[in-house]
Amino acid sequence: MSLLQLDDVTLKFGGVTAVNALSMQVEEGQVFALVGPNGAGKSTVFNLISRFYTPVTGTIRFDGHDLLSMPAHRVPSLGIARTFQNIELFHQATVLQNLLVGRHRHRRTTLVEQLFHSPSVRAEEREHRHAVEEIIDFLDLQPYRDQRIAGLPYGVRKVVELGRALASKPRLLLLDEPASGLSVEETQNMRWWIDDIRRQMGITVLMVEHDMGLVAKVCDRVLALDGGRKIAEGSPVQVQSDPAVIAAYLGTGAISKTADATGARV
Amino acid sequence: MRFHFKTSYDQDIRLFPDLWKASLYGALLLLAIALPWLIDEFFLGEATNVLIWAIAGLGLMLLTGQTGQVSLGHSAFMALGCYTCVLLMEAGVPFVLAFALAGIITGLVGGLIAIPALRLHGVYLAIATLALAILADDIIVLLAPWTGGVNGKYAPAITILGYEFNRWSTPAAYYWMVLAISVLVTLAYRNILRAPLGRAFAAVRDSEISAQAMGVDVARTKTMAFGLSCAIAGLGGALMGLFAGAFNNETFNFLIAIQLVMMIVVGGLGFIHGAFLGAVVIAFLPQALSIATDAMGRGVAIPGLETGVFGALMILFILFEPMGLYGRWLKIRTFLELFPFARKDMFRRQKSYLKTERLR
Repeated sequence: MSLLQLDDVTLKFGGVTAVNALSMQVEEGQVFALVGPNGAGKSTVFNLISRFYTPVTGTIRFDGHDLLSMPAHRVPSLGIARTFQNIELFHQATVLQNLLVGRHRHRRTTLVEQLFHSPSVRAEEREHRHAVEEIIDFLDLQPYRDQRIAGLPYGVRKVVELGRALASKPRLLLLDEPASGLSVEETQNMRWWIDDIRRQMGITVLMVEHDMGLVAKVCDRVLALDGGRKIAEGSPVQVQSDPAVIAAYLGTGAISKTADATGARV
Repeated sequence: MRFHFKTSYDQDIRLFPDLWKASLYGALLLLAIALPWLIDEFFLGEATNVLIWAIAGLGLMLLTGQTGQVSLGHSAFMALGCYTCVLLMEAGVPFVLAFALAGIITGLVGGLIAIPALRLHGVYLAIATLALAILADDIIVLLAPWTGGVNGKYAPAITILGYEFNRWSTPAAYYWMVLAISVLVTLAYRNILRAPLGRAFAAVRDSEISAQAMGVDVARTKTMAFGLSCAIAGLGGALMGLFAGAFNNETFNFLIAIQLVMMIVVGGLGFIHGAFLGAVVIAFLPQALSIATDAMGRGVAIPGLETGVFGALMILFILFEPMGLYGRWLKIRTFLELFPFARKDMFRRQKSYLKTERLR
């Protein structure tokens, strides 16, 4: 059985069909990419999995659980963490506090214990901190630990957001455009991190990404969307050479002239 | 400038980062305890008043400063705390128990009211809570058989283990009692901030959408914040009524709630220190004004002077020092610590254009 399974999922906003009868499976241990031109419905798929949107028809199952039967805040407790396309961090808090919020699903203490700061709260705080420090080491965030998000550069925020998602020790990590707005060097780092997240941490990754160079390097499987429909699925090479994908990106006239145009993008 | 060489996670978890800070706050506490020997009875009464305002302010601070929800209706919860405490005491419940129960009951009622109210955002929440404050006045009058209505009630004597705390005959003991309560409330406040709940509050304040994506139940967290906030405000209200000696439906009118908002803004939103500094301003400004008008000549009464000055102060703070008095103090302290290396633009706030409201 697949880790994440979408069956015949359709989402409509008024008259606009954002996602149209989409079915997909993400297997445990895969790095899976969603690609497609702007407005294809990639981020919408993420928001469906996070339960911010409810589909008109179809089912979404994660590890045997029916995601549609639970509210958005229960989804992370199953082991699904995500980042956002436009970075949604807690701006007035420090990097450390942001990462600690990622540990929210692992809390066990009650309100009364927390009010009196009982020894169990202290022990749990140490445990959370230890887990967070491991993430800080993994992502080289040590220089920024006690800095507030509001003063950090874009590239660092992007890494902090990845760290916050990792701090929750997820089984499935949803990365919404992890490399957008990053420099070449930062994109390289992101590539190694995604590799390590899969290999060392054993986390399945589902990502939306425009950078086909990155997708080709880190992904096992790619699904191309256009206008909310699946137009191609397969290995990165297969999808990049698929006529429907090239047509969606470059228009139909371009197929004959630049068969490998999408592959040339770094 | 001090550097902290951290060797254990506990250094970040415990109340004070180092011995120096701990001894500073220890000295402040000693000074507060020694206050009855240092100032006369009038000013001791004023100091008690400051602490009572600070307790109520901490209540609102938890909601507005930490969780980012506005309330213009906290006077209603102060009234509820006050009437609950006094009615329980009249029924023969010992003060300590009645006081604690007043907080708990106010918190529960606040939490219940929060469930529908917190579906509202921003200015709509402000209007709804303001309506609550105005409604509270009428409810007190309607429940005259219990509350005494317009005629009000007299505060019963406070006795703990047979010892009577009276504002007039034992002002020092009364002050110490209020001081102890304010220290306990502050401790509980700090404990919330360093626990998962406090981080959930900050998460809801800064980005509801990603709080949800991290597994924070936004509705529940807001309800908890409102409940806890009302509980603390209820304790402050109970002390305020008992301290005043007599109270009726007018004692906790909505102006009190607005003063409370003003207090935490002037003091510094989101800081425990802010509640105390704001309380000093709120409690002493009327005195300072009357001294000033006296100096200008007897019999000069300017109607609306007090509210005018309060309003002007609030506008000036929002315009020029949004972090309040405590924010100003932080800047002065950093300037002194770095002297002479502080730069002029060090505290210029950066605007962020990266936030999105797409998913609202």
